[in-house]
Formats: sequence, structure tokens, C-alpha cells
Amino acid sequence: MRYLPHSDHERAEMLGAIGAADIGALFSAVPKSALKSFKLDLPDHSPEFMVEAHMRALANKNQAGGDGPFFVGAGAYRHHVPATVDHLIQRSEWLTAYTPYQPEISQGTLQMLFEFQTQVAKITGMDVANASLYDGSTGTAEAVLMARRLTRRNKIVLSGGLHPHYRDVVKAYLKDDADLVCLSPSPEGQGDILEHIDGNTAAIVIQTPDFYGHLRDLKGAAEAAHAQGALLIVVVTEVVSLGLLEAPGALGADIVVAEGQSIGNALNFGGPYLGLMATRKEFIRQMPGRVCGETVDADGNRGFVLTLSTREQHIRREKATSNICTNSGLCALAFSIHMGLLGEAGFVRLARLNHANAIRLADALDGVPGVTVLNQTFFNEMTIRVTQPAAGLVERLAKRGILAGVPASRLLPEDPEVNNLLILAATELTTEADIAALCAALTEELA
Amino acid sequence: MSMNNQGRPTGIGTAGTGASGSALLPDEPLLFEIGDTEHSGVDLPEVTLTNDRLGGFGRSTRLDLAGLTEPEAMRHYVRLSRLNHSIDSGMYPLGSCTMKHNPRLNEKMARLPGFADIHPLQPVSTVQGALELMNQLSHWLMTLTNTAAVALSPKAGAHGELLGMMAIKAAQDAKGEAHRRIVLVPESAHGTNPATAAFLGYSVKPIPARDDGTVDVQAVKDALSPEVAAIMLTNPNTCGLFEPQVIEIAQAVHDAGAFFYCDGANFNAIMGVVRPGDLGIDAMHINLHKTFSTPHGGGGPGAGPVVLSEALAPFAPVPFVRRGQDGLELVEHVAGEALGRVTAFHGQMGMYVRALTYMLSHGADGLAQAAEDAVLNANYVKARLEHLFSVPFPDYPTMHEALFDDSFLNGTDVSTLDFAKALIDEGFHPMTMYFPLVVHGAMLIEPTESESKQTLDRFCDVMAELATDAKSGNSARFTAAPMKAPRRRLDETRAARQPILKWERPADLPQAAE
Repeated sequence: MRYLPHSDHERAEMLGAIGAADIGALFSAVPKSALKSFKLDLPDHSPEFMVEAHMRALANKNQAGGDGPFFVGAGAYRHHVPATVDHLIQRSEWLTAYTPYQPEISQGTLQMLFEFQTQVAKITGMDVANASLYDGSTGTAEAVLMARRLTRRNKIVLSGGLHPHYRDVVKAYLKDDADLVCLSPSPEGQGDILEHIDGNTAAIVIQTPDFYGHLRDLKGAAEAAHAQGALLIVVVTEVVSLGLLEAPGALGADIVVAEGQSIGNALNFGGPYLGLMATRKEFIRQMPGRVCGETVDADGNRGFVLTLSTREQHIRREKATSNICTNSGLCALAFSIHMGLLGEAGFVRLARLNHANAIRLADALDGVPGVTVLNQTFFNEMTIRVTQPAAGLVERLAKRGILAGVPASRLLPEDPEVNNLLILAATELTTEADIAALCAALTEELA
Repeated sequence: MSMNNQGRPTGIGTAGTGASGSALLPDEPLLFEIGDTEHSGVDLPEVTLTNDRLGGFGRSTRLDLAGLTEPEAMRHYVRLSRLNHSIDSGMYPLGSCTMKHNPRLNEKMARLPGFADIHPLQPVSTVQGALELMNQLSHWLMTLTNTAAVALSPKAGAHGELLGMMAIKAAQDAKGEAHRRIVLVPESAHGTNPATAAFLGYSVKPIPARDDGTVDVQAVKDALSPEVAAIMLTNPNTCGLFEPQVIEIAQAVHDAGAFFYCDGANFNAIMGVVRPGDLGIDAMHINLHKTFSTPHGGGGPGAGPVVLSEALAPFAPVPFVRRGQDGLELVEHVAGEALGRVTAFHGQMGMYVRALTYMLSHGADGLAQAAEDAVLNANYVKARLEHLFSVPFPDYPTMHEALFDDSFLNGTDVSTLDFAKALIDEGFHPMTMYFPLVVHGAMLIEPTESESKQTLDRFCDVMAELATDAKSGNSARFTAAPMKAPRRRLDETRAARQPILKWERPADLPQAAE
């Protein structure tokens, strides 16, 4: 087998050095009834070209984003990733290193994390960021728990504009919790969260752009929350929006959670993705996840280490702020390289291009009979109401080679009021021709 | 420009110690010290927004993000990368972490557009190959473990633990047994185990280890009561030992109406050789990034699918794949008592592709051989070193890890940490230190099946020479180590007391004008 270095001769030699009669002797602690007492219904080893053929056959059964017009978003976005990013993250020294527990021989990863934390703090307008979480949804659940620790209050209010999967993850993490208030879906962008804030509220959670694409007023929300001693958690599922929208930190956010996939990371059918978390300086000791900090070595040279680990499970065990261990290191690297390539000039230009294409999409959709665009505001994503159930419409458009967006009913099957709603995103990759093809097909299907 | 020890700006020079800054081991300034807000390595068309739809929420603050052109970026990240040790450049015997070879076929397959460029919410009819892949991976995991179900979606091992314990809680709540509030956790457990139990509101009751490094069955039986929800047990355990009475423990746990959560971090020792389902486990996470070699990537991403017994299968989270009339279906919503959803979308597809590629390459025979070689290698290291090192638990053959304590260093000025740092100067990554906690000054060595006999011999020669040198009183070599790494020992106390967690623009270095 090509990945296993020993010859049978070497195995015998090593068993001799150990003083074991055979390999079975090394498994002597295993109960006899359980040791190799079965025949596995699995194939034996296979040459590389045969494995590749098997995997390609599976991949070919999927319709890739690049195969036709593509408008699918709702928490994961199809952006261009520069070739440099994927080349660099496949270097052995990045790809095959472990978590940087030995800082003397992990300065590459550590300095990258320090740069990454700086980038995340800057785009969110916050004081500090951690070295990543799994994704935006689990990050939101972690932020809610963090807010409870910080305020020693329990009530959490989730906006109706929060991505339904994010809401579901928070619900699972807080199972049976009477203090969790989930507001009804608000596809028209209606705001109703402020009236739920009271003296028991730990935090309100607001996504902007929200699940339906509407932009939300963070400043007013922050003022209302702070007036009651509650925290404002801001969720961003499309991180490119921060190139054009005011930083949540500048508007009073206390914790910002974002899905970082859009920068540097492919769609990957939903994962691996990249959870970003940033907060105020005074809250760092309640922040979950790893943090990298600057220090000096024995010669006085600048260096970096993982720090503040007294919050973490390997030190604090049952008193830790979170059980998280492995996070999204390589996705953070991809993000940091892409963001480093963009810089402020490129990031802002990318955001403008996304917004400009979304405006073109919205204006074109507005002209299709049977379509109503619900958004007054948006960044690169919007919701339309059509004259028939969106789920069936999307299936028929897929048969024409157009991936037209996400029917809201796919995420909210229990809510018949969203049946005719379709959520569409445009990015820098969306062309005039894509929009024209979509609108022509929609016109026919809705006629 | 000489290096500024306090922070920036940093030149490529050094403070004159010779510790860094050579052509092959470059010191590299921060991104923000090289780039500025005007440079960019991405060409994008410039657009003017005449009638934006931002509703007045547009940005008025600056981002202050440094940018690099493509050649600058290439050099920055290549130079940084050279400051890392990696499995491709040398042995990485971190116990409990399973740093094995990462085949590049796995990377190539994960980048096929049919896997990498598909959206989690595009119509299910357009991603039948992805669902088929999830189905095949599920089949492999359930077959290797002899279990009834698998929840693929957890993002890493600790996330899988959380899901598994949530499923246990959901099952007990459904039975009207919400009063079960205690989780038994052996003292040798990973820190994630008690952290997970506490996260769900359980109180953690530690179970002491026996003198031979295994879990005391009688202590488990004594601790069981109608209030106990589950035991979280790692097998093979963190001392590198297979729990010989694991079946008896499972029986006792089940008799008390509790569940057996198995931490599968060490599955690499037994894959294809022992099926955990045959031992009586109810839930076990499998770290795809350890056992099935999806790369560690400097700290993730991982993937932690959880296999579940019949009793727990109804409490699996969404999503899962099932066969329907029109092909495979993705079940994204379930009414009733299931625990719901632990992550957005469908989990770590990129890792599923790599893990299935790895499994198909090995096959059932190759996986069993890999497990046996991993165990062989650990026992070989132990056999070659036990005359110089101290073995805390000599009663059983070890599994995939060789564990030593620090008693062989008694009477020297060398600590476990010093010893491990001296390994760096010899070209090896240190072993896991001070874990498991049940052993004083633990050194936990996991060679994995990927290391050749030649490499193991060189590693053992170095370890033996270091032990002999330490005992001969040459402590300076150890306490000053490492000397040959890009950095010498770092001041971790200072990092924690005066946290500097991001780069701050110095007052004398203004941003570029608008």
C-alpha cells in the first residue's frame, strides 16, 4: 500500500526488537470477541487512478456553479478566489502543520494568525478578534453564550432576519431554554426587536444584511440595547459587505460574528467555512476560541504565541469558555491571503462591484411580470415574491441550467407565508448575460 | 534598518543573535509593515455607484487594510511558511494528534469543481453526486465501527462530542429522564470531554485511573447511579492503552440506564481491527483530520462525524441523506424530539471528499494494516527507549502511542519541557507534553504508521542520546533549547499579562490620504 513505508521484512524485524511473536501480541488487551472477529463489507486498497476515476464520477453528477448562471446565496457566496491563494495554502508548511503549540517552530502560522486577527478587527471595527471559529452559525451560538457570561443575564432575542440555520443552531445549543426568544421571519425587513429588550436581556442578535438581504439599523439597536444594559451581537453572513457598509464596531456592536467564507474560500457544499469573531477589549477573557498574541523570545526578538489560554478547555477543562479545540486554521489562512491581496483599495472595489451587480439584478427583476422585489435596501442579495411556489420554480429553472437562488421555504418549511419568496444573490462573477438569461427564463416560467 | 524588539517596524535584519534572519530562515515583517492601503494584488473593474441602495448605512470610517501586489504576497507567505515545522518536512510525533502523511490525491479531489464549486442550497437534484458521496462515507464509517447511524455534520472532534452528548441528552429527555445530571469522565480524558459535559449543564464526576493506567471498573460501578447520564471514555485511552475491561464497563453503564460516549480521537490504533460497536459504545466521534488524514492545516478545519447506536439514532441532528423515489434526498428538517441542527448547511464536505478518497485508497485491508503499523511503530519506539526512559504503565503493550513519565530525569536540572525543546534542535517536533494529566511530566509519542523504520531509528537514536546527555548533567543544552529554531523560547507570561492581539498603526505612520 503506497502510503505505508514498512516491508514485511521490516515488520518482522521490528516485532523481533519488541519481543512480540506477532502483531496480535500487541493487541492482547483487546477482548478476543472483538478483535478482527468480522469481515468488513468494504473493498480492498485501490490504485490512485482508480480512486480518482471513482471520485470524478461522483463529482460529475453535480452541477457546478461555473456551469451556468448562478444566483444562490443565503449565507454562502460564490466569489472569485485568486489562484495565488490556493497555491499558497497547499504549501506543505501551511497544509501539514498542527495547531501552533510549539511557537519556536510555528512562527509562520502564528504570525499569520496575528495578521488575520488584525484584519478581522479592522473590517468589523472592533478592538480584538480571535483566531477563528468553525463557521458563522456556531460562532453565533458561542456569541450568545458569551453574552450570557458577560451580563449574567439569560434572555436572548434573535431577530426575525437572522439566517434560519443560525437560529436553529442557537436553539440546539440552548435546548429547552425558556429565555430564548426567536422572532418570526421578517421578509419585508420589518423591525420589531427593540420592543423585546428588557432588564433581563443579555443580548439581541441582529444580522445585517439580513437573511432576506435588507440592511438593518445597528446604531438604533445598539442604543436601545445599551439603555437596558444588554449587548448587541451583530451577525454578518456576507463579509464582503463590510467593504461598503459601516463597520458594526463604529455603530455600537459589542460582539461581531461573521461567516468569512466569501473571502478566500470556495463554496464546498457548505464547509469547511470560517467563523470570525470580534469584540471589545474588555470582553476578551470571556471570548471563546484561540487567540494569538505578540511577545518576545529569549533573545528579545519579536515573536508570537497562542495566549490567554486560561479560557480554554485544555487548561480549564469543565470551567472553559467553550469546548472548541481545532478551528478553521487553513480557511483563516486563505482569508488572510486573499484579504492581504485585496488590501483596502481592492476590498472596497470588490464590495462596490458586488453592489453594482446586485443593483443591475434588482432593476432587471423589477421589470419581470409576476416578480416583486421586496427590498428597499440591500448589499448583494435580495428577496423577490413570485406568483407561484418558489421551490418548484427553482427546480424548473435548474433544468434550464440556471441556479436561480434559494426558495425561503427550503429553510422555513413550517411557514407557508414564505412559499412564494425567492432569495437571490449577485457577486462580482455575475454577468449581464447571466441576468438576462435569468429574467428571460423567469418571464417564461411565470407567464 | 535594525529590528525593533517592541513591535514595528521590522526589517529583515536581526538583533545580532544569529537566531534568525538568514537567507533560508528569513525574518519576515508583518503584512501591515510591508503593504499599504493603496496597493492591491487583485485587478477589478472600477464602478461608480450613482444610486446606491445602502439606505444611508454606507461606510464613512476607513478600513486601514494593508494590501500587497501578487509578487509581494507570494514572497510574504512563502517566507512565513518556512518558519513552520510540518509533517512533510519532518516527524511530528504529537501524541493524541495523529500527524500522519496527507496524500495529495485527497487535495486534488477536493478541488474538483463538482465538489468545491457547489452551493449547499442549490436544488438537491443538481447535487446527487455530493449526496452519493455522503452516503458512501456514511457506509464506510458505520461499517468500520459497526454502528447503526452516523451524523456527518460536526465541524471538528469537540463539536462531535457536543453533538453526541446532545443526542444522549435528547434521548434521556424523551424518556422522561431529565434528572440524569452527572457525567463520568476519567481523569486521563482530553480537556474537551469535561468542557463538553459542562457546556450542556452536566456536573462532571472524575473517575480515577488505576495504577496500571486503565480505568477502574469498580470505580465506574461505584459511581453509577440513577443520576448518571453517561460516561465519556476514550478508547484506546490517552495513556495509549486499550481498556481491557471496556465491554464490562459498557455493560455496567447500560445496566444503570446510562449511555457510553466514546471519544474516538484514538481510532487510528484500531480502525479495521476492532469495531467500537462491538464494545458497546452508543456514540463516538471520529476525527477525520486525524484518522482519515484530512490535513490539520495549522489548526483546522477538522471534521468530527459521530456514529450512533440504535438507541441514539432517532436523535441524530439534521441534515442526513436517505434514499427516496427520485434518487437521494437530503433531510433538512425533522419534527419532534430530534436535537435539530448543530451547524448551518451540511458540515465539512471538503473533508468528506478527502476522507473518502483516503479510505478508498487504503481499502479495508490497508486501513487495518495502517492501524497495525501505527501500533507496531509505537511499541518499537517504546522497546528501543525503555531502558533509558521511564515507562509508567509497563503491564500492557501500548497501542499507537508510547508514554513516558519524567522520573528518568530525576536528579537532573532538566524538565520535560526542556527535554522536548531540545528535540527541536535535532530536527524533530516535540512529543505531546504534560498530557495525560495522570502521569507526572508526561511525554506522549505517537509516531503514526507513516514513519519508516529508518526515521524511527534516527528518532530513537536522538532520544537516547538526549536522555544520556541529560543524565550526565549537561543541562545547559536543554534549558537553553531551542537554539537552532527561527525563535528561541518565547515569553508566554508577558503575552498573557500585556496582551497585544493585533497590529496597531504607530502614530508616526499615518494612513495614505483619501
